[in-house]
Amino acid sequence: MKYLSEYRHAGIARALAKEIRATATRTWVMMEVCGGQTHTIVKQGLDELTEGAVEMVHGPGCPVCVTPLEQIDRALALAARPGVVLTSFGDMLRVPGSECDLFQIRARGGNVRIVYSPLDALELARKNPDTEVVFFAVGFETTAPANAMAVYRARELGVTNFSVLVSHVTVPPAMLALLSAPDNRVQAFLAAGHVCTVMGYSEYEPIAATYHVPIIVTGFEPLDLLEGMLMAVKQLEAGDARVENQYVRAVRREGNVPARTLVEQVFELTDRQWRGIGEIPLSGLALREEFADYDAVRKFSLENIHATEPAECHAGDVLRGKIKPVQCPAFGTLCTPERPLGAPMVSSEGACAAYYNYGRFRTGGMAPAVAAASEARV
Amino acid sequence: MSSATKGIEEQVGARIAAGLNCAVPFNTSDRVLLGHGSGGKLSAALVRDRFLPKFDSAELAQLGDAAVVSVESDAIAISTDSFVVSPLEFPGGNIGTLAVNGTVNDVAMMGARPLWLTVGFILEEGLPLEVLDRVTASMAEAARSAGVAIVAGDTKVVERGKADGMFINTTGVGAIDSSFRPSPEKARAGDAIIVTGEIGAHGITIMAAREGLEFDADLASDSAALTPLVDALRESVGAEIRALRDPTRGGVASTLNEIAAASRVGMVLEEGAIPVPTAVAAACEMLGLDALYVANEGVCVAIVPPDLADLAVTALRARPLGRNARVIGRVVAEHPGMVVMRTSIGGTRVVDMLPGDQLPRIC
Repeated sequence: MKYLSEYRHAGIARALAKEIRATATRTWVMMEVCGGQTHTIVKQGLDELTEGAVEMVHGPGCPVCVTPLEQIDRALALAARPGVVLTSFGDMLRVPGSECDLFQIRARGGNVRIVYSPLDALELARKNPDTEVVFFAVGFETTAPANAMAVYRARELGVTNFSVLVSHVTVPPAMLALLSAPDNRVQAFLAAGHVCTVMGYSEYEPIAATYHVPIIVTGFEPLDLLEGMLMAVKQLEAGDARVENQYVRAVRREGNVPARTLVEQVFELTDRQWRGIGEIPLSGLALREEFADYDAVRKFSLENIHATEPAECHAGDVLRGKIKPVQCPAFGTLCTPERPLGAPMVSSEGACAAYYNYGRFRTGGMAPAVAAASEARV
Repeated sequence: MSSATKGIEEQVGARIAAGLNCAVPFNTSDRVLLGHGSGGKLSAALVRDRFLPKFDSAELAQLGDAAVVSVESDAIAISTDSFVVSPLEFPGGNIGTLAVNGTVNDVAMMGARPLWLTVGFILEEGLPLEVLDRVTASMAEAARSAGVAIVAGDTKVVERGKADGMFINTTGVGAIDSSFRPSPEKARAGDAIIVTGEIGAHGITIMAAREGLEFDADLASDSAALTPLVDALRESVGAEIRALRDPTRGGVASTLNEIAAASRVGMVLEEGAIPVPTAVAAACEMLGLDALYVANEGVCVAIVPPDLADLAVTALRARPLGRNARVIGRVVAEHPGMVVMRTSIGGTRVVDMLPGDQLPRIC
């Protein structure tokens, strides 16, 4: 497929992996920020190809995973309310709240619908003026422009039966929180390419300089990730700590300026709770006061819904890269995709789900050695 | 049926009140009425005017309480399936095509020759009769091309809001040929894993139609009777056939996991060998789905002994439906119950069962 198969070329991948192994004089610990990158790494076995040169620890960049439990509980409360349609990206539906998930609410008569864009939710509101439509606006900077656009358009069109339950988070404060932790092991970052498509990468430059870590803006295909790893290894070996852009086909230093402008117009920075991690100052986006009419928390008085996370879930340690999913005592036993304790086991971007679905749990962490590979050639 | 009777009485009452008499056709509605399921004249008219001419079956035309058929076979295969797809019509087919092909294929996957079908309709009051006509025309066409006769049927009508347009149940009966008995527990180490065509078209088409997604590509359901492909395998592989399955819900990945578990063998797939049409691959990329888990309605997975794999692929490719048939992997003795994929770039991963439906991701 044009623009994809080129970035999955087996020969080039092997050559890049070989160069990474040849360049590294030791094992470097690096973190890919985004859950989409985690899935490519585990699904394609990139960590096997670079074993010995690079240890990948998986970052907090799964929007579903870091959405705090209390926001999930608020969504569940909204969905159960008569006269309300809760719209959400499909990924959120299986995420466990304190009592149940959105699928279970739907089975009990709640009105929950999967949409592919917040603008579809707005359209639903316009077509059903007697119903309150709420969109569950989660995600990093990547989804913020579309969500901002939905609110902006709602106001422009005078739609009053539409609101958003906002749980936006931003990447740089999370990186700062990880780097300033005393037990931090991360020596370089592969920054999330799509976040940078919107935001650019100038805000990473002071982080790279202050903490002396290379930060490589990286895409999501196997060759993107391998090239990003190679760029990071070269900097680490040379003692450099710069921001470099691997994802040049999508990212400019200043990002997408109209999108950023819109986000800034609709949202402002706020302290935000991260599921499994805790509160990170100024790490979230909230609706500005002038858009308060579109804030579902205020509209439906949800401020008093609070939640406590289950103690046996180690999702926070996974999201901070402190442990690999297979090192969690609940992994694959107490916690499975069928009965998840934490969101990383559910989301298609969650690290635990990646390890579970691609079978790492059965083989102690690494992909199964395909002993039969030679006879399996077809 | 009191509500159905009431429906007719109301209509009759209305006609009397309007000063009309019985010379006027009893009903000229262009939609399904509760009376169509009453067992009365409307029901009879529905069967006589709409079902019998299309299905054209001697057994059905007898209108007895049961169809009487005779068969010369050691054993028969019976399968039943209910179809509730939404939307009712979609590119490449409709609920009727699925209802015939789906059950025909379930029977065929046992190695049987599908012969007869029964059809049960549950219609929602208000369904446009033209939709019903299109669906039954498709069923008749699908049955003809699969070589099965629709021999018995039933129709019920439920009040508006109690069904999604229509539901269809079909039961299929086929004659077992004792020299061709595929079974999911027969896979052995060394066997070749064949898929008979490109995967994922049906599931992605339905999802796109249901959600109003517009892809700039030609996507259509692959719904088809697999009988020609089963014939090809019967002729080329014969008694040596191991397993046959049509990977509908859950896709190729789930089907292979089921066979691996039943046969207590492992499987190794080659990512690069799996035929995924570009439009399906593109849609999966956009939605964050994996084509291996997407439903198919016109593809089957065949496990055959290694020395017969080339023969089987050649025979399959000789049929239009099998022109993209190919070997996608091998059965191995290692890691029993586990399906492993060698990725295009040389890594490996496990291809497991999913806990539920695939869900589109956030970004």
